[in-house]
Amino acid sequence: MAKKQLITAIINGEEREFACEPRQSLLEVLRDSLQLTGAKEGCNNGNCGACTVLLNGEPVVSCLVLAVEAEGAKIETVEGIAAGGQLQPLQQCFLEGAALQCGVCTPGFLMTTKALLERNPHPTEEEIRFQLAGNLCRCTGYDKIVRAVQAAAEGAK
Amino acid sequence: MQDFDYAAPISTNEAVRLLADPAQKAVVLAGGTDILVLLRERRRRATLVVDVKKIAELNELAMTAEGGLFLGAAVPCSRIYREATIAEKYSALTDAVKIIGGWQIQSRATVGGNLCNASPAADSIPPLAIYDAVAEIAGPSGRRQMPVAEFCSGVGKNVLARGELLVAIIFPPTPVHSGAAYQRFIPRNEMDIAVASAASYVELDDKGAIRKARIVLGAVAPTTVRATKAEEALIGQQPSDALFIKAGELAQLAASPIDDMRGTVEYRKHLCGVLTRRTLAIAVERAAANKK
Repeated sequence: MAKKQLITAIINGEEREFACEPRQSLLEVLRDSLQLTGAKEGCNNGNCGACTVLLNGEPVVSCLVLAVEAEGAKIETVEGIAAGGQLQPLQQCFLEGAALQCGVCTPGFLMTTKALLERNPHPTEEEIRFQLAGNLCRCTGYDKIVRAVQAAAEGAK
Repeated sequence: MQDFDYAAPISTNEAVRLLADPAQKAVVLAGGTDILVLLRERRRRATLVVDVKKIAELNELAMTAEGGLFLGAAVPCSRIYREATIAEKYSALTDAVKIIGGWQIQSRATVGGNLCNASPAADSIPPLAIYDAVAEIAGPSGRRQMPVAEFCSGVGKNVLARGELLVAIIFPPTPVHSGAAYQRFIPRNEMDIAVASAASYVELDDKGAIRKARIVLGAVAPTTVRATKAEEALIGQQPSDALFIKAGELAQLAASPIDDMRGTVEYRKHLCGVLTRRTLAIAVERAAANKK
């Protein structure tokens, strides 16, 4: 078995150190070693977006990132977006708009939306749908999700 | 996931040394969006994964001294479409990198990887081919260059020999009154693999007639194909809808697609005609606007 490597990364604003095998995905390490279970394992081959986290500010599917690649990187997961026990406005909009059913896809949607609104605070509906195309939801339609993102963007005005 | 070692060299020479090591079965990791899936599903085997993202020249994205573009093999799609100069001078490349997978994939996937992966349906390869881009390759016996159009040798196959690494893709300058476009057809709105695709490039003369044209089709043969008969029909002509329809019909003849769950032979040929016509119209429009 390949030797474990010691990796240091800034995760949700905190410097964290972990040991991992080269073959382990960032998703595995986040969930199994760091107990950050917000990112979900959906398809495990990059199609569904349920494991989306931000890697140096960019949304990525953490199932297609090796944990060893995260050395020195800044990683944000859904656990890091609420502050002081208060949901972020974006999370509140998903909640109030009932933009979820089973909730497995929600952390991924939240992280992609966070990145979207940081770059483009007032996206059009088409832009929202285009940028969230990499996040799949298998139980509800996308309309409520799109409305929640629009509500979050409205609130930020 | 199968077991492997990991190395992240910071120089091309070191990467080549690792890739050529006879004691290892090494694979290159750039964006990882293809290779990690293949390794996980055991469709590829490796004892060593060589991450090339820390090598400076593979991360370079800059205009060359000649006015062309140097695109390092490890530059992700999202970095490419955020560059206004590239959108202006190499618009067909921007068209393609914006639609490869979703945003999460674009944050990681590279054009270099898309080329090396050599899928017939790869979105970035037709644009590289219409610009006459060149692949810069480093290997145990030095460097070599070859036209991107000759880089893929079959479905999932490329010309790289053991120990060789794609360093960059180098684009020649685009002249004034030139324009290009890339389009694909997919059954969904986003996040799918091309059923057929086309990239068109045109140069107009002072009177607005077509002086040069290049048309490359994707997903309708084991590698991309040039629609040379369609190109010839355009030379010296004034752009018109009728001309683009004729070029589309001739482009269909260059396609030799397969039937699969995404589309039949007839459907794919038909799409070649439609996409050729549409990309030509956009390319001409962009060429007319490109007066600098």
